[in-house]
Order: sequence, then structure tokens, then C-alpha cells
Amino acid sequence: MSHSPHHHDHSHGAAHSQSGSHKTTDDRLVYMANQIATFFSTQPHAEAVDGTRQHIRKFWDPRMRTRIAAIVEHGGTGLSPIAKEALEGLSRPAVS
Amino acid sequence: MSLVHEIDYGTPVSKSEKLVTLTIDGMKVQVPEGTSIMRAAMEVGNQIPKLCATDMLDAFGSCRLCLVEIEGRNGTPASCTTPVADGIVVKTQTERLKQIRKGVMELYISDHPLDCLTCSANGDCELQDMAGVVGLREVRYGYEGENHTKLGKDESNPYFTYEQSKCIVCNRCVRACEEVQGTFALTISGRGFGSRVSPGMNETFLSSECVSCGACVQACPTATLNEKAMFEIGTPEHSVVTTCAYCGVGCTFKAEMRGDELVRMVPYKDGKANRGHSCVKGRFAYGYASHKERILKPMIRASIQEPWREVSWDEAIGYAASEFKRIQAKYGRRSVGGITSSRCTNEETYLVQKLIRGAFGNNNVDTCARVCHSPTGYGLSQTYGTSAGTQDFDSIEETDVVLVIGANPTDGHPVFGSRMKKRLRQGAKLIIIDPRKIDLVRTPHVQADYHLPLRPGTNVAMVTALAHVIVTEGLVNEQFVRERCEWDEFQEWAAFVADERHSPEAVEKYTGVDPAQVRAAARLYATGGNAAIYYGLGVTEHSQGSTTVIAIANLAMATGNVGRNGVGVNPLRGQNNVQGSCDMGSFPHELSGYRHVSDDATRALFESVWGVPLDDEPGLRIPNMFDAAVDGTFKGMYVQGEDILQSDPDTRHVSAGLGALECLVVQDLFLNETANYAHVFLPGCSFLEKDGTFTNAERRIQRVRKVMAPKNGYADWEITILLSNALGYQMDYAHPSEIMDEIARLTPTFTGVSYKKLEDLGSVQWPCNEKAPEGTPVMHIGGFVRGKGKFMLTEYVPTDERTGPLFPLLLTTGRILSQYNVGAQTRRTANVVWHGEDVLELHPHDAENRGIRDGDFVKLESRAGSTTLKARISDRMSPGVVYTTFHHPLTQANVVTTDFSDWATNCPEYKVTAVQVAPSNGPSQWQEEYEKLSRESRRIAEAAE
Ligand code: SF4
Ligand code: SF4
Ligand code: SF4
Ligand code: FES
Repeated sequence: MSHSPHHHDHSHGAAHSQSGSHKTTDDRLVYMANQIATFFSTQPHAEAVDGTRQHIRKFWDPRMRTRIAAIVEHGGTGLSPIAKEALEGLSRPAVS
Repeated sequence: MSLVHEIDYGTPVSKSEKLVTLTIDGMKVQVPEGTSIMRAAMEVGNQIPKLCATDMLDAFGSCRLCLVEIEGRNGTPASCTTPVADGIVVKTQTERLKQIRKGVMELYISDHPLDCLTCSANGDCELQDMAGVVGLREVRYGYEGENHTKLGKDESNPYFTYEQSKCIVCNRCVRACEEVQGTFALTISGRGFGSRVSPGMNETFLSSECVSCGACVQACPTATLNEKAMFEIGTPEHSVVTTCAYCGVGCTFKAEMRGDELVRMVPYKDGKANRGHSCVKGRFAYGYASHKERILKPMIRASIQEPWREVSWDEAIGYAASEFKRIQAKYGRRSVGGITSSRCTNEETYLVQKLIRGAFGNNNVDTCARVCHSPTGYGLSQTYGTSAGTQDFDSIEETDVVLVIGANPTDGHPVFGSRMKKRLRQGAKLIIIDPRKIDLVRTPHVQADYHLPLRPGTNVAMVTALAHVIVTEGLVNEQFVRERCEWDEFQEWAAFVADERHSPEAVEKYTGVDPAQVRAAARLYATGGNAAIYYGLGVTEHSQGSTTVIAIANLAMATGNVGRNGVGVNPLRGQNNVQGSCDMGSFPHELSGYRHVSDDATRALFESVWGVPLDDEPGLRIPNMFDAAVDGTFKGMYVQGEDILQSDPDTRHVSAGLGALECLVVQDLFLNETANYAHVFLPGCSFLEKDGTFTNAERRIQRVRKVMAPKNGYADWEITILLSNALGYQMDYAHPSEIMDEIARLTPTFTGVSYKKLEDLGSVQWPCNEKAPEGTPVMHIGGFVRGKGKFMLTEYVPTDERTGPLFPLLLTTGRILSQYNVGAQTRRTANVVWHGEDVLELHPHDAENRGIRDGDFVKLESRAGSTTLKARISDRMSPGVVYTTFHHPLTQANVVTTDFSDWATNCPEYKVTAVQVAPSNGPSQWQEEYEKLSRESRRIAEAAE
């Protein structure tokens, strides 16, 4: 099972200028990639990797793919094995 | 123009295929067996006098006005209750019949206030008509005797009055409430002369069970139950047939007008979705269109700290276009995007995505379906090959087992809910899977056979457990599966679900539901005859939303419940045009007809018609747009008819995203919450002021017709054209029908659709093309759209949104009957008498543990934020689960919801949030700050002299 960035059990003073959750976009992307990999993980390994890769290729805009490619290049911290393998085989978009 | 008159045949149509021939007044008539003599006569244009009969209701036979003579039979039978028989010879007008009818009418009239000239129903009263029809010219009894003419009036309902003195006790209202609406709010109290219609136990309409659907008002032949607008405005003089702009049922109405003033909306019997019924929203809640807060002039401002400044259309459009161009020049082509609306027409939605793809040159277009039914699109296209429900609404009439999961049809889709209840009263069985005891679990003459009150977030575990029972107990329809589905995938799936970890006993630890009940429900679904699944946002709005849709699709395939009448998988769509906005290419990865932007042939087709190169990369989805805005790569947005700030989850993240935009253009009727962050406001128009089409939950494309000029000057589609042209991408359409022609040219499932066809047929269900020129009521007959149906594995993965010591309760959200979505429209009507504020429903135990009493102010807090609202203690909730609606902006329920979302589509997880509830004595800090921002942001500068 994949692991998500964890939550903090404390309340915070609200301010409009600040994002509601503490997650960064990178956190969210890693989390989403893991969720996708989890769905496909019931399938045989090669299919699970391919399913995850195709899904991300099909639904993520280039800047999201570029960003997660950078995360993978830096070691892919937080990514589940299937998500990581799927992303390693996904070419970086030409433009973003 | 004149009033659209619908013939009243007196009794409902008979569905028998056997024909019977008889003679009526010398004319030979052929009708289906089971037809009443009254209806047979009307079929040949012979209207037998009647008062207690109307074709929306079963015959009752109480007024004795419709008597006829039949050769060779004694007496004078009532034609409404007497069915036709082969060879009979009927006379509808004889000396004896005339005398009897006159006598009957005389009795009615002698106890009726004779204020016809000043009566609100003057000219629209069947009693008045019948007096004329039977030739009543004098009343021998006089008016002095004991009578009812001095009784009071009940004006408690905001939309209609009940004037008892005019009641003729024909029982039509009581029967309408029972047979059509299924609420059973009315009774006849008292006996004989003393009998009167009464809501509940002698209550007022407002305090009774009445849900203000209007069916009784519609059925009443006199002015006893009458729309208040008929007093205020007068009787209408012309009418136009159009489609309700509220929910995905898509009811057809006659907009009855006096000049360009709307007098009332009357449900249209020929409407294929509603068959003459309506709910309180479509029937009565249209006053928002002329509400004083509606904005009619374009406005701009350089920053959201400034007050709005009213400007000309030219200036507003020019400013928006120059800002978008500036932003794209500075930050790149993909730094802008937009959102289409599920409340606008197909043609308008199509134009907005065309503007984004053609004028902006990217695919950053999304629609609010993202936050409701995107998992439906994903799940059903993967398994069946099409992103839509399988049936029409009429299909319910042949259903034997109804399975409702994560939907609350009597509130969310009321007219369909009534049709469902009717079928249930006829004996269909009912299974409900829902954490809440929704009304359907027990309502007059309907009781669920099984209610499985699962913990929010465990749908996949539950539906997979149903599959486990079906597979392991040998209930699979193997013949269907072998013929219609991929056999290998089926076998893998069967082995997967058969695993002990998916058994009802094993998943009880997640779902909390008695395994014996789950087993019994699965057996009923698999073996009870035609079984149909109806589901709603309680399925889709989860981190495993798409997985649940897939699990549902698997279940229907395994039992052979796809591809004919009475069965199927039916998503109940929220907003009126959710289906349409998805069909029209509102998603960032798909062009109209669900074709991926990376497909070269599809792009080439669009490029040839649109005359611009198209981006082959998917664009941003709504939540990704907010992320990109916070990150600084997304800077401009065109939002048509949606209030993303109020409707999307994790409000603080949304507001951070919106606040980071350099140009936000909002097109809407009102300064909605999103507009608090906008730089350009383009006033939109209501559905009464434009032409177009909506597509309802059964894929039915229906006309929206203009009944008055746009109060703001332009229809919404015209505004998009102005903006596109100012951006330098020329659009040129004289009428929405031309837009539909383009859609038909470019979309394989729409090739047969045109306004001409909609005029001819009334409505049509896509696919509508060479293969199905008149449309497709039921899909996948004989085979699935994708070829063979595909089973997919559905592993249950608990959401990461977990309860814990600090947030021990689960919050789930929903909607109620009288309010609609973010409430921008319904809050601006008298519907607020039923729902003045959002409340938090919680179980008595949870309330007691926290020292909360009914009506107390409470603080609702999650990991994302907190808000305050009033508590309502209710045993509809299971312990540990609390519930609220999001119809009011100040409650800000979405401050509390989190950013968790569906794995496949990013549809937010509205239905599960871990929360804590505690007594409170005032609004939260967020609420106070937001209120202030809202007040300041809505300032409009005095126009310069
Ligand atoms: S308005 Fe509808 S619910 Fe109310 S009494 Fe009439 S029929 Fe019944
Ligand atoms: S209120 Fe109208 S419909 Fe009902 S019994 Fe009286 S006259 Fe008939
Ligand atoms: S059921 Fe839906 S479409 Fe029908 S009147 Fe009510 S809101 Fe309108
Ligand atoms: S209409 Fe037949 S008895 Fe009233």
C-alpha cells in the first residue's frame, strides 16, 4: 500500500491568502500517482505498471508530468514501487 | 402565439396491445383493451362531461357527471370507470342523461360561491365549463341553505392558496398527491356534507407533509387550489414549451405568459422525462430570474480590493480579451483556461470549450461535472464503452428490484423519485445502500426490503461483497456473461471476488453492516427479476468513486441486468445539463463525444472545421488549475455559470488559487462567491431568456425555448462569441441551432440531431445517428458499445481520510428538495421557507456525549478548517456519522471538506470527512473574515455623473 503525505491534527487560524491544506503541489502529485498505482496493483505487475503509466499520460497536463518527472529524477521519494516504475518509463513532455 | 392546450382524455392510457372495437354515438372506435369509455370517446373528439376524472389519475367515479347509456345494459354507468368492450354501442347524449347531468351540476353550483367574474380561475375553471356544457341556466335550490361558501383560506404555502369554500370534494387533489407524487399529504376529513380536503391532521399546507410539488394544484378543476400568481398577475394568454433548468431529471414545462411576464410553469404531460409531473423547484422557484440582486450590467475592476465599476459591453469584453492576451504573452499559452457550466445549454458549453481550444490554444477546460459525475464517465466507459446511463426513465415501470446506492431520489431527483415510488407501490422490491435513513427507506406505502447503512467510504467493499455472494452462491447469469462479456476477464474477476476477504462477513469490519442482510440483498438483486441500479453522488464523490462505478457495472453484467427495459445502471445526474456538458467536450482530455485530444484523426476533423491547430496534450482539471494557480503557472480563467468557490471542496485552497489569478472572468446571474475574486463580471441570462438544449440523465436532448428577451442584453452563447471574437478567433452563429448543426457534424453520437428533429419528435436520446435516427432509449441492446463488456477488479482501499481521537466523526454532505446546489437560485425564491439555513444532522448519542441540544450552534471542524452552524438531532443518522448540506454560502461547509479525491478523475471526496463537533457560541474566524471579504468585494461604485 502506498503512503500519503500525512496530515496534521491541529486547527489553524484561517486566512484567505493561505492555502487550506499544508500540502504542496508535489505532495499532491505523488499522492495522486500512488492512488492510481494502487488501483492497478490488483493486476499482474507489468500490466499494473503500464496501466498506471497510460493513465497518467492520458489525464495529466504537461506541467504536472514535468513536475513529477523531476521528482522521479530526484529519487522519487514517497512514490510507491509501481508508481515509480510507471513514471520512470514515461518520457518527459517536450514542452510544459 | 396562444396557449398550448393539452387534451385531457379523462383516464390514463391503456398499455394493452389487444384492440377492442365499439360504437360511440354512431361512430366506430378502436382502442386498446382496458381503455375507459370516456377516453375512447375523447380519442374521436367526443368530450363527455366530467369533474372528478383527469387523465393523470386513475378513474374514481364520484361526480356522476360522465354517465352514458349502453345498449342492452341497464342504468347509466359512469364512462370514466367503465372499460370498453367489443361490440358495445354507447350513447353519450340522451334526454335522460341531460336531465341527470343538469341535476348534478345544480347541486354543485348551489354550494359554490358565485364570484366567477372576480375568481382567479375565471376562464380556467372546469366547474364553470361544465355548467356551460350541461346547459345549466338556473339553480332551483337557491343559495340560502346550509353551505360552505364562507369558509376560510389557507395561504400558508408561498406559491398557492387553498380556498375551501370553492371545493367540490372531487378528490382529484388527494389522488394526485397519492398516485402522482406519492406523498399522501392530503385526506378528506369529515363525512357527507361535512367532508373537506385537509392537509395532514387538519394542518396548514405549510406545516403538513406537503412538499409543494404542485400536483394537486394542477389536478384541481376549480380555483380551490390555485397559484398565487394567478391572483397577482391574472390568467396567462400564451405559452411556450421549455425544459426545467434545475436538476438532471429534465422536466418539460409550459411557461405560461402574460405579455413578457411569466405567470406560471405548468408541467407538460407530453414531457418524456416527467410525464406531466413536477417538483417545487421547477414548478414554482423561478423568481430568481427577476430578483433584485441580479446583475444586468457588465463590470470590471483592476484588483479585487477595488469596488466594481459598471462599463459597456465593449469595454468589459475588450478588457477581458486584452488581459488574457497579456497573460498568455507573459506566462505562456497554457497559463489560461476556463470552466463550462452544467447549468448552461449544450450549445453554450460547446462554445466555451471551443473558445478555450480555439482562441486560447490549449485544453485547459473543465466542467463542474469534475466534482460530481466524472467517475461515472470513467467507470462506465471502461466497462461498457460509453459515458452515460443505460436506460430511459420509463424503464422503471418494468423494474422488479430497485437498488438505490448513494442517491436520495426523493430530494435530489424528485420527479423521478415519484415515478420510482409509484413502481414500488405496485410491488417492486427495494434495496437501499446508504449511511443515512433516507426518506425512501420508509415513506407512505413504501418500505425498503433491505437498508444497508454502511459507513461512509466503504462502497467498494460493499458492492464487491454483493458480487462475492452472487459468484459463490452460483447466481451468475452465465449465459449472458458468455455471450456478451470478455470471458477471460470475467473469470479473473470471479476468482477475485470469490476470495474470502470480500465476503460480507469479512468486510463487516469496514462497512459495519450485518452480513446476513448483505447476503439476502445480493440474492434478491440477482434473482428477483428485472433489477436496476440507481446511484448518485454518494457513489462518485469518494477517493474510490470510479472503482465503485466499475463495481456496479460488474454487478449488472454478472447478473445479466443490462441491455433491455427494466434493468441497467443509472447514474442520477445532479444539475440539469451535467450529461450534456460532458458530452460537449468540456473535459481537458476529450473533444465532444469523448474522444481523446491525442487522437490525430479526431483533432484533424475538428481542425478542418474550426480552422485552427489544436493542442494534443491534455489540459488541467479543476483541482489541478488551483494547484497551478498557487504555483504561479496558471493566471487567467473564464468561468461561465459556476460557483466554484462555494461548490468545490477545501475552500481555502480554492480561494488561494482564485486569489492568485491575474484575470478572473465570471459570467453569472449574480455576484456569486467566486465573483468575490473576479476582475471582470459579465452578466448572464436565465433559461427563460435564451434558446438551446439541455441533455438530462437519460441522455435525452430537449429544447430550451426563449420566452422573454435577455434582461442583460445578450444570451450566454452570444457573450462567448463576443469574447472569442475579441480574442481574435472568429465565431459566427446567428442562432443556437447553427451551433447544434456543427456539433452534429463533429460528433458521431449526435449526427442525427437537429432542431428540426427536436421540433418533430419533442426530444431525442443520443446516440442519434444513421443507426438510430430516432435516438436510443435503452443502450447496449444485443451487445455493449465497446464490443464485449469488460469486468475489472475492484480492490477496496480505505480512504486516507480517517477518523481519530481528534476527529472521531464522519461528515457526509448532500442536498435537500427545496434547495438546489449552491442555492444561488433557490435562495432567491420563497423556497427558503422550507430551508432557511444549512444544519448539521447528528445522532442523539453523539449529541448527548457532547452536550449538544437540538438547535444549538455547533462548531464543525476537520483537518481542513472549521465552520459553525445549527445542530439538528436526528435518528436518520447512524451514530458516528453527521450530515449537512451546502446550499448557503455563509455556512461554508466546504471549508471543512478536504482535498482528497477520486484516484482516476480527481472528483473530490465530499462524502467522507473526519470531523469533530462541539458546542459553539458564534461564527468561526474564517466565517467572519470571509463575510467581511464578501461584503467588500461586492461593492459597486456609484456610476459617475
Ligand atoms: S403540493 Fe404536492 S405534496 Fe403538496 S399536497 Fe399537493 S400534491 Fe401533495
Ligand atoms: S381542492 Fe380541488 S381537487 Fe381537491 S377536492 Fe376540492 S375541488 Fe377537488
Ligand atoms: S424534478 Fe428536477 S427537472 Fe423536474 S421540476 Fe424538479 S428540479 Fe426541475
Ligand atoms: S368524471 Fe366520471 S364520475 Fe366523475
